[in-house]
Amino acid sequence: MSSTVIATDELKPKAKAEEVNYLNVEHTISSWLLTGDHKRIALLYLVSTTFFFLLGGMAAGMIRYELTSPAGVVLESDTYNKVFTSHGIIMVFTFLVVAIPAVFGNFLLPLMIGARDLAFPRLNLGSWYMYMTGGTLILAGMLFGGVDTGWTFYTPYSSMYSNTQVSLVIVGIFIAGFSTITTGINFVVTIHKMRAPGMTWFRLPLFVWAMYATSLMMILATPVVAITLLLVVFERTFKLPIFSPELGGDPVLFQHLFWFYSHPAVYIMILPAFAVISELVANFSRKRIFGYHFVAFSSLAIAGLGFLVWGHHMFVSSQSMYESIVFSLISYLVAVPSAVKIFNWMATMYKGNVVMASPMIYAIAFLMIFTVGGLTGLVLGGAGTDIHLTATYFVVAHFHYVMVGGTMLAFLGGLHYWWPKMTGRLFNDRLAQINAVIVFIGFNLTFFPQFIVGWMGMPRRYHYYYFAPEFQAYHIMSTLGSTVLALGFIWPAFYLTMSLFNGKKAGPNPWGAHGLEWETSSPPPVTNFLETPIVMDEVYDFDPEAEHAENRRRIEAAEAAKSDERKGSMEDHQ
Amino acid sequence: MSAITDSMDHGHGHGHEPGLHHQYEDMVQQTESYIVGMWVFLTTEVMFFGALFFIYTLYRWNYQRDFYIAHEHLNVLMGAGNTTVLLFSSFTMVMAVQSAQLKKRMHVMGYLVVTLMCAFTFLIVKYFEYASKIADHLYPGAGFATDAKLAFGEHAMEGGKLVANMNHVQLFYGLYFGMTGLHAVHIIAGILVIIALIRLWYNKANSVIHDYVPTEMVGLYWHFVDLVWIFLFPLFYLMPKPH
Repeated sequence: MSSTVIATDELKPKAKAEEVNYLNVEHTISSWLLTGDHKRIALLYLVSTTFFFLLGGMAAGMIRYELTSPAGVVLESDTYNKVFTSHGIIMVFTFLVVAIPAVFGNFLLPLMIGARDLAFPRLNLGSWYMYMTGGTLILAGMLFGGVDTGWTFYTPYSSMYSNTQVSLVIVGIFIAGFSTITTGINFVVTIHKMRAPGMTWFRLPLFVWAMYATSLMMILATPVVAITLLLVVFERTFKLPIFSPELGGDPVLFQHLFWFYSHPAVYIMILPAFAVISELVANFSRKRIFGYHFVAFSSLAIAGLGFLVWGHHMFVSSQSMYESIVFSLISYLVAVPSAVKIFNWMATMYKGNVVMASPMIYAIAFLMIFTVGGLTGLVLGGAGTDIHLTATYFVVAHFHYVMVGGTMLAFLGGLHYWWPKMTGRLFNDRLAQINAVIVFIGFNLTFFPQFIVGWMGMPRRYHYYYFAPEFQAYHIMSTLGSTVLALGFIWPAFYLTMSLFNGKKAGPNPWGAHGLEWETSSPPPVTNFLETPIVMDEVYDFDPEAEHAENRRRIEAAEAAKSDERKGSMEDHQ
Repeated sequence: MSAITDSMDHGHGHGHEPGLHHQYEDMVQQTESYIVGMWVFLTTEVMFFGALFFIYTLYRWNYQRDFYIAHEHLNVLMGAGNTTVLLFSSFTMVMAVQSAQLKKRMHVMGYLVVTLMCAFTFLIVKYFEYASKIADHLYPGAGFATDAKLAFGEHAMEGGKLVANMNHVQLFYGLYFGMTGLHAVHIIAGILVIIALIRLWYNKANSVIHDYVPTEMVGLYWHFVDLVWIFLFPLFYLMPKPH
């Protein structure tokens, strides 16, 4: 090829690459650390939550390794307590509560409603700094000796007896909690006041509805746990005797206040997952979601009911039988809005043009796993059965089915789905599809044996089970599974990062999805939209027949491209 | 980045209004966002204090007599004085907001300074109150009960016998220091915010002189802090004698 031809051919893509977007507008470190742009803050959160997830995952690995032998392998009892506490605290407070809202919520909320930014950009940046301060204090606590109370900090052990870094870690959680609160405030105000013209409440994507419900819970529940944990610190440092039984204080009161937050907190962790799954299912089924209003209001119903069920964590904590019955009944009610969502998603897929791209595989895996997790939740929500299963691996398995199989899979699904929007690059979807299957297999291999071994009586938080060596097979299965799962979590980091360097340009809407965020360029410009969008069409307004034709066209185009490529490579060889 | 943002804003045909931030379309949207945001924030504060009020209610319900005896050592006069000071400061704050609406800059600053002085008065009185409690060893910790007996003297004695359960009295003072202490922290935060606001007015910052809402937001926060005290005062200082 002659030199002049190269010059003209390469000029065009170069000019395109220099299109100003939020990533290339400035390159200095301070332009990232002092940014008010919700998209940049979302990426800051993505990097930092991934870091904490890695740490929590390492603690999980140690737990699984320890449990491969009935007598324990390497850890002392004290160390083991600290390891599982680290795992719980890091995963709950610095990953699960934060991950989806702060990463995808931050990035997408303004894009989805057609706003230029969140209502309070500086507060948003402040929340990231609070999160990092809190996370750093938590890590400092782990480094300076760790905490052995479990992530629940039950009194009086945490307030009177534990000689570990409880205060430091709690202060960290307290500060990280304020980051959650400020994010919640920002989201609520943004959804109320920043919607583009024509974006009515019932044209909001379901992601936004679920984020709204999540934010409400963040706002109402987090302050309660903040003050409750602060009182534990006050008791440790100033001898403020709120929960100390020897002065007439009530240690069980701590559990009430703690679960008043922490039960809504598990919905703070799972509702954002629902948010992501609603988007994935509707967009990859190429259909308007079935029962839009029901799915939207089921999020609010879960948020409301979530505040009335905390007592089901306390069936064996000196709570009266009548309380237990009431809490048990209300807990069963939560199953209704959750089931509404599951059934509506399945009805959406029915007769849709389902595209089995990697995000959709994650979504389907989510549906299967979450259904198991949800139904076993009913087993635990029933006061009678729970007494048999309290503090066994059955609880552990249920929790991980909901939190890992639910939130983590939705996180991965969302990450794959919005990666082209965030970075402007396409990744290798074939690898991602394989990875989704690996995660699904690894996950079930890890946690399904725990249901069985828990039912048989394996207590949680034990690092030995010499009293029942027959559990070993299940534990080894679980540890093997966790290795597979770890592979499934690490691999995306490689192929997604690779896509930054050699991925194809994504274009505004690589998935053929519906929604405002897909109407702007990828990556979006600093102000999200060059002109304020005016919303004319309904949400998920797919035309099934056109979609079908489009589908066929795309398949044909892909085949044509493949044969072209083959020709091209043959020519190269020649 | 701001340069680009601004140029894009110009493309939209807005961004000329002084005091309007780039993410908002117009002043109305900005004002409404501030107001919703502030009320949502106050909701979180209500939940924050709410947990403490809940704990207080529970323990007072359980230990009515002991709480009554414990409360007799509090200085009602100082408490009532502080209540008056805070109520007055709420009034001056209202006047500051009113003046902000009328764009009377000197009046705003004057009223804010009076509010600030009230806040400091409150803290000074609080200091003397805390000091006298600490002098009487009425703070939680080892050695509370023995010293407290001396402090309470006849209040807690009936026929030469101690009737109050000193553990519960300690619980009362734990709550007293915890709740009024947390309230005092909010007063201090309020002082810092009011100082910042006065500086903005002094420097004729666009964000406050063209828009009264930031001043009103500070006012809302200040009223909330006052309101917490309006609940704390009767709960701790004005208990009816239990039967």
